[in-house]
Amino acid sequence: MKTLIDCERSCKVKVRKLNAKDDLKQRLISFGIMKETIIEVLEHAPGKSTIEIKVGKMRIALRAKEAELIEVQKI
Amino acid sequence: MNADVKACPIIANHIKVALVGQPNVGKSMLINSVSNSHLHVGNFSGVTVDKTEVLFDYKDFHFTVVDLPGTYAFTDYTIEERVTHDYLCAEEYDIIINVLDSTNLEKNLQLTAELLTMSKKVVIALNMSDEAQKEDILINAQYMSELLGVPCVKVSAATKEGIEELIEAVVVQHENDSATPKLVFSEPVEEEIAQIVWYLDKHKYEAINTHRNIAINLLKNNKKTYAKLHDEPIWTELQPILIEASRHIELHHDSDDIKEAFAEEYASFNRGIVAEVVNQKQVVQNRTLTEKIDSVLIHPIFGIPIFLFFMWGLFQLTFEIGAIPMDYIDMFFAWFGETIGSTIANDDIRSLIVDGIIAGVGAVVLFVPNIIILFIGIALLESTGYMSRVAFLLDGFFHKFGLHGQSFIPLVTGFGCSIPAYMSARILKNDRDRLLTLFIIGFMSCGARLPVYVLFAGAFFSPEMAGNILFIIYISGAMLGLLAAKVLKLTAFKGVDEPFVMEMPKYRLPSVKLIWHTVLTKTMMYLKKAGTFIAAASMLVWFLSNYPHNTILEESYASKIEKTQNETEKVVLQNSLDEALLEQSYLGTIGKFSEPIFAPLGFDWKMSVALQTGLAAKEVVVSTLGVLYSLGGDIDEESNSLMGAISKHISFASAIAFIVVIMIYLPCLAASVVFTREAGHIKYFFYLFFFTSVVAYVMAFIAYNVTLFLV
Repeated sequence: MKTLIDCERSCKVKVRKLNAKDDLKQRLISFGIMKETIIEVLEHAPGKSTIEIKVGKMRIALRAKEAELIEVQKI
Repeated sequence: MNADVKACPIIANHIKVALVGQPNVGKSMLINSVSNSHLHVGNFSGVTVDKTEVLFDYKDFHFTVVDLPGTYAFTDYTIEERVTHDYLCAEEYDIIINVLDSTNLEKNLQLTAELLTMSKKVVIALNMSDEAQKEDILINAQYMSELLGVPCVKVSAATKEGIEELIEAVVVQHENDSATPKLVFSEPVEEEIAQIVWYLDKHKYEAINTHRNIAINLLKNNKKTYAKLHDEPIWTELQPILIEASRHIELHHDSDDIKEAFAEEYASFNRGIVAEVVNQKQVVQNRTLTEKIDSVLIHPIFGIPIFLFFMWGLFQLTFEIGAIPMDYIDMFFAWFGETIGSTIANDDIRSLIVDGIIAGVGAVVLFVPNIIILFIGIALLESTGYMSRVAFLLDGFFHKFGLHGQSFIPLVTGFGCSIPAYMSARILKNDRDRLLTLFIIGFMSCGARLPVYVLFAGAFFSPEMAGNILFIIYISGAMLGLLAAKVLKLTAFKGVDEPFVMEMPKYRLPSVKLIWHTVLTKTMMYLKKAGTFIAAASMLVWFLSNYPHNTILEESYASKIEKTQNETEKVVLQNSLDEALLEQSYLGTIGKFSEPIFAPLGFDWKMSVALQTGLAAKEVVVSTLGVLYSLGGDIDEESNSLMGAISKHISFASAIAFIVVIMIYLPCLAASVVFTREAGHIKYFFYLFFFTSVVAYVMAFIAYNVTLFLV
């Protein structure tokens, strides 16, 4: 199972499943991250503690812990 | 309009508008262009944390526009989102203006779709249309209005294009009786909706909301709609239909979460709309300018050094450029004091005006240039979009200290002033995180403390070093804050971490007008404070340091001075008289009383007093020192200025300890009030007072003794 945190910089993936719970899941959805969404990984912060992704035209910063909850597949 | 209606216009033609949109789409800026008001505008999500009302007139209508905090979805995740959510659900208003960012329609429509099920009149403002044009995004607003069933108007808050059309559309929509937005779901969902609507129709269920919207809200598990129908007799029959319908939808979406299913429905509806109305010239997917800048500014290795360099540069500029006009301001107030003083015959009144008010206010006004530069720096940070990048860079580091990356935003605001910083801590959802951030905002030295630092750095260091010293003071304050956060996180605020999910806004070149406006407002506030609060405090300090008069002491010295022939002897005698008078004044008594407490830190009684008056506001520290040293035995030529007086009377080690206390202890009265309000309980204020006082005292004690040992 591959999650968002495993992705290298500038790789594009498709979301398969959100493993987040209630509030966080709602949060991700409100940012447009849901099943079938295409995500591009833009940057990694020092030590991969935080990553920057692109969803549609929006750039979003996520902590590694949150990124782990987003199951993805390569496209 | 006839005259009768005009006689009672408020009731007759009043339109109350709720301004809603996702964060950072330019709602506040739109209000500013519509009504010429001056709400704070920045380029990161969460600038508006509370609702603000703006009133203006257009033709025969009186408008009340309520600017609501930005919200990504119709949820109550953060405090600001809760403000919006509760307002839209419970308050009375006539119409919603939904503000959208034209350059990012698909995402923005996500919120719109939810608003359209509310059975409220809606007008859509397609904001930032000038930017969209630049990016070759063509939106057919006419077609979009038809598809959604609500008027869509292209506007640009920045260039003021389309503002009039927007207001016109609001008026027209307001006059319209019915408004039925069109929101189409996928076939399986539509089938279920039709089923429920049919059932409601059959039973002639009466409600303000349309049956279709009730059906949608029921399927979405909307609590309020549920609660309402739950008490109705039709519920018993409706419930099994609902359960079946939900099961079908979940099956169709391959999900066990109906909310997720609906989010997907909205998303595909929005994709459809965007595909129909947006005509974007297909450019080769190059990296956007923002992404190119990001690859440098948030580089894994260079990102943090670049940030530190910016901060260092800011403090260098603050000192270097700020120092240029200082001499002139100083000279002006000296001249002003003399000129005014020579026209006043009464000794006491002259002393009050010259030594009290002018010396006190002058000492504070002196630092206006520094303040302006610092505020420009913070305004740039806020309006370019760099602030969120720093939050991104520092989240990993902050996280180690138990802080949230987004804490960075209130903390940086704290460098300007603690009050908006306490307010902006609302962007943190988790109460523990928020309280923790509130507790350490004080460690970020605010603009009002800058005068004290500039004063002492200027008095004890060469001009080339002073800028670096400022930088060190600010950075070490911030470091200390992080350590304090760690300690608090391990002891008082234990708990789970809040997730970090944050939008990174597009970089924007800030408009000169915007920066000018923000800086002007803040500087005027500082000056106003100097003219009112600080002037009053200076008078109080003057009074406390001049009374009670001691005639016996004055007479004994007067006779001594008369007897001596030697001029220098006279000066010395006069000085020691002034000193003796000051020491027996009310302020002297207070100072002497508290001196033993501060003696281990190497403070004399004047410094002790200045610290105590500084609890009211940090500028008062400077004005107190100004009054005390201009009254005291300091009349020789070479140290006319306060800076000179300080370097002469205060030892280096005491000065360091003094700076440390200023860095750490309670910000000011006004900030304390806001802190208490934001924290939610008075007990937190006492915790804060105790915590900062103890830390300040201990750190100052260490600093004092280390400096003594080293120098």
